[in-house]
Amino acid sequence: MRAIITVVGKDMVGILAKVSCVCAESNVNVIEVTQSILQDMFCMIMLVDCEKCSVDFTEFSDKVTKIGEEMPLSIHVMHEEIFNSMHRI
Amino acid sequence: MINTHDILETINMIQDENLDIRTITMGISLLDCCTGDAVSTCGRIYEKIARKAEHLIKVGEDIEKEYGIPIINKRISVTPIAMILASGGGNPVYYAKTLEKAANTVGVNFIGGYSALVHKGFSAGDEQLIRSIPEALSVTDRLCSSVNIGSTKTGINMDAVKLMGEIIKQSAEVTADKGCIGPAKLVVFCNAPEDNPFMAGAFHGAGEPDCVINVGVSGPGVVRAAIAKIPDGDITDVADMVKRTAFKITRMGQLVAKEASKRLDVPFGIVDLSLAPTPAVGDSVAHILEEMGLEQCGAHGTTACLALLNDAVKKGGVMASSHVGGLSGAFIPVSEDRGMIDAAANGTLSIEKLEAMTAVCSVGLDMIIVPGDTPAEVLSGVIADEAAIGMVNSKTTAVRLIPAIGKNIGDTLNFGGLLGYGPVMKLNTASPAKFISRGGRIPAPLQSLKN
Repeated sequence: MRAIITVVGKDMVGILAKVSCVCAESNVNVIEVTQSILQDMFCMIMLVDCEKCSVDFTEFSDKVTKIGEEMPLSIHVMHEEIFNSMHRI
Repeated sequence: MINTHDILETINMIQDENLDIRTITMGISLLDCCTGDAVSTCGRIYEKIARKAEHLIKVGEDIEKEYGIPIINKRISVTPIAMILASGGGNPVYYAKTLEKAANTVGVNFIGGYSALVHKGFSAGDEQLIRSIPEALSVTDRLCSSVNIGSTKTGINMDAVKLMGEIIKQSAEVTADKGCIGPAKLVVFCNAPEDNPFMAGAFHGAGEPDCVINVGVSGPGVVRAAIAKIPDGDITDVADMVKRTAFKITRMGQLVAKEASKRLDVPFGIVDLSLAPTPAVGDSVAHILEEMGLEQCGAHGTTACLALLNDAVKKGGVMASSHVGGLSGAFIPVSEDRGMIDAAANGTLSIEKLEAMTAVCSVGLDMIIVPGDTPAEVLSGVIADEAAIGMVNSKTTAVRLIPAIGKNIGDTLNFGGLLGYGPVMKLNTASPAKFISRGGRIPAPLQSLKN
């Protein structure tokens, strides 16, 4: 399965590094990253492949969202399918 | 990759606009549990529910985590117990306690189906079950009850209408020490749907398969926020915006329903396209109507706005799901909707206006708190009026009134949680006693010569 990680919050050093570090630890491959900064707000969207994820997906999701709690960022990990079904006919 | 705007829109809907899956409801048929004896029948009922719904909570929580969508409730609906009671006999409250025990075991927060279908008359078990409802609701916490007293094809059973007025009153009296919670779990229907996933009116109809997954979506906050983006749009734009939003919400419901059905190995039944409010800020159907341009819900124009909303939700949702059913429309429960609570408290929203609104929305007079000293025949009169609207318009209507024992107009009754709180509303107390005491049946209405 593929998942989408979204990170929204105040821009600071090391956001991308921390998130991709957790991905690497769990053997999750980053396929694509887009990021932009809108009025000091950092907004990053990552498409990742969890097919070979070394831990349970929910555990991976918890680990990533935990970064958000540590760095005052709002991080969501969601199955790609939710976006496909909501926005594509 | 998916458009960034679309991704952020979805995140925003969930995080800031209270988008959620309101309920995954597993419908379970109990017809094969009948043994002809109460004790062994209840044993089989418990065993079947515990087996079928064993993984319901776990699967719900897994989907919630993986997809990042909050799934608020996991629930069970069962075959109307009056049908089972007809074969098993015994004390109906024993069945109620069995359902409660099963709900506790599997961890669902509500189990619906302590029900009887009496739209044409009472058969074995029906009246016995109905008379046991006050006690059953007072000795259980998770059990929900419903009674269907009329339909477009059969007319209205006025004997049942009379009885239900008394039962609602008794249910409030026996749970007076628990905030009159009894009648909040009791719905009186006309044209009850057999696949409704929403409580308190959910039951598993006789025409349904052995086990089925039905999903109810929500999202009043999302619809309100979408309308807020077009402050200068005309009403056609508003309708289009509601349709587009309802489509997206329903697609999410369809995805969750399909996934839950696959993981539980239970067929997918329907998605119920309902806008179900909660007392939380930003989750109100009344606020959608106000966003359309009403000063407050209950103002003249409310019925028209609600008609537009209800129709647009269905039009948007129908294409998004392969099977649509249940109640499907906008709910207008007073105590569960912040905007409705405010409008009722300051007198803008009256019961008469709510009654008019029920002619164009999905359900009926829902979660309305009335004075505790309201006579049973007045409650029956409200039920009869509401059932007549449903019967003539070929739609579901329901009544869930809560007589607040010991309280009067203007006082507040608080249930807590999703059931919310609300002011005691004024009812017209001119007596319909003679009409109600006549009994009999209102004949089914003509389905042609429609004017």
